[in-house]
Amino acid sequence: MIEIRDLSKTFGHLKVLDRLSLTIEAGETMVIIGRSGSGKSVLLKHIIGLLMPDAGSVRIGGVDVTALSGEALNRLRMKFGMLFQNAALFDSMTAFENVAFPLLEHTTMTSEEIRKRVHECLQLVGLEHVDALYPAQLSGGMRKRVGLARALSIGPEIILYDEPTTGIDPIMGDIVNDLIIALRDRLKVTSVVVTHDMRSAYKVADRIAMLYNGKIIEVGSPEAIRQSANPVVRQFINGQAVGPIQEGLPDPEVLSRWWARAGDKRGS
Amino acid sequence: MIARLNLTFLQATVAAGAWMVDLFAYTGGLCLLLAKTVRGAFARPLRAQAVVYELWKVGVKSWFIVALSSLFIGMVLAFQSAYQMQKLAAEIYIAGLVALSLVREIGPVITALIVAGRVGSAIAAELGTMKVTEQIDALVTLAADPVRYLVVPRFIAMVVAVPLLTLWSDVVGILGGFLVGTLKLGIQPSLYWKMTTLPLMLKDLSSGLLKAFVFGIIICVVSCFEGFRTEGGAEGVGRSTTVAVVVSFILIIAADMLCTAVFYFVWR
Repeated sequence: MIEIRDLSKTFGHLKVLDRLSLTIEAGETMVIIGRSGSGKSVLLKHIIGLLMPDAGSVRIGGVDVTALSGEALNRLRMKFGMLFQNAALFDSMTAFENVAFPLLEHTTMTSEEIRKRVHECLQLVGLEHVDALYPAQLSGGMRKRVGLARALSIGPEIILYDEPTTGIDPIMGDIVNDLIIALRDRLKVTSVVVTHDMRSAYKVADRIAMLYNGKIIEVGSPEAIRQSANPVVRQFINGQAVGPIQEGLPDPEVLSRWWARAGDKRGS
Repeated sequence: MIARLNLTFLQATVAAGAWMVDLFAYTGGLCLLLAKTVRGAFARPLRAQAVVYELWKVGVKSWFIVALSSLFIGMVLAFQSAYQMQKLAAEIYIAGLVALSLVREIGPVITALIVAGRVGSAIAAELGTMKVTEQIDALVTLAADPVRYLVVPRFIAMVVAVPLLTLWSDVVGILGGFLVGTLKLGIQPSLYWKMTTLPLMLKDLSSGLLKAFVFGIIICVVSCFEGFRTEGGAEGVGRSTTVAVVVSFILIIAADMLCTAVFYFVWR
């Protein structure tokens, strides 16, 4: 179980997380939705101890991540797999070496066992034929799938997905969705998925939490979120420009003036 | 008017204070990284293959440019001193002058500056790119210590290769002086050789090599530190690379002055 309590984080003058609290049960898939730049990735990085909060705590199975360091934190991290937004593959290594990396570092497996496990993981994401290629030779979607294979290779209990379906084609996106579901059903993996792809969110989530202004403003089943009465949630899940969320959106007056001028030019 | 002057004075004081804080933070960061690296260098298992690869990158790939520069510098030193010495009919002493200046000062400094420009910049760019593409974060989430994984092999390679390259630079530089002395100034080769070795003492050589060892540490720690603190995409990588080279240059010259003062005026 992951318990996040009153987590706060400020970068310079920007308050990204503001006393955020959220509990993720063991074996469930929690999808965190929110606009780009709302702090979803920052929240994920706090869960795995990549960032330390200004205040608050993150407990994994009762252990406070924010109080750990060094070896103890590394031992805890071995329970995790993380898929980064841009895959973050080591570009000096081939796809095979990337997936084998955690096994070589942390297990006593023989090279034959490692070879077998890496091929299984690459097969799982449909990429067993690219094992000798370097990340620079792979497409964005392929890199992401190799990143997923690397996250899976050590057999983690918790997997953190940062935008797993962004930048890959819809069919492969659905395969990734199915994979997230299968990992939960077969291996009882706890998953935290950060996304703004609502189709994917509805499909994989046991529960969905919406992050807005540094806080979780609503948590519930996909059905409950779909039926939400909260205007902020409604605006986001329906993808509407008009609504209570207006930060970072173009001023409608400026837009209409611009269009009016463009129309004048066309007319003259 | 006075109020405005007061305000400017206040602003200047605040700016100077902020600058001092940054300077101390930077120095502290460098020292911390050095301490972690030294500790990592004694930890087992050592990634021997990575060390050999880095040695090849630092040492083998730099030998030619070090040789070329040292040859010319040896020749320039001989020409310049001959121009003065001829007036005193003391050309014979240029052999010792060239050898001493090279072994004590110019060999270590020129080698370090070349390595800082060639290898230090590459290290900062490589680690900086890894930082902005989240590869360093990925290393951390896979419970691999970036210092042990990325810095230690480069550190060992640097403290071995820079003294060896310095020795090589000394030899080639002396050869440059020898060519000018014998071919242009007509000094007997055997006499030139004798006048080279006569004033050279073991202390000259050991102090030069010790300097090279210190310069190796400086280049590695500064470049890795700059790489690790890179932020902001391609522009950030460019900035880190430049800063790594500039800071290395300044610290190398400053350390050279300090080492010379210690070796020749404190522990005589």
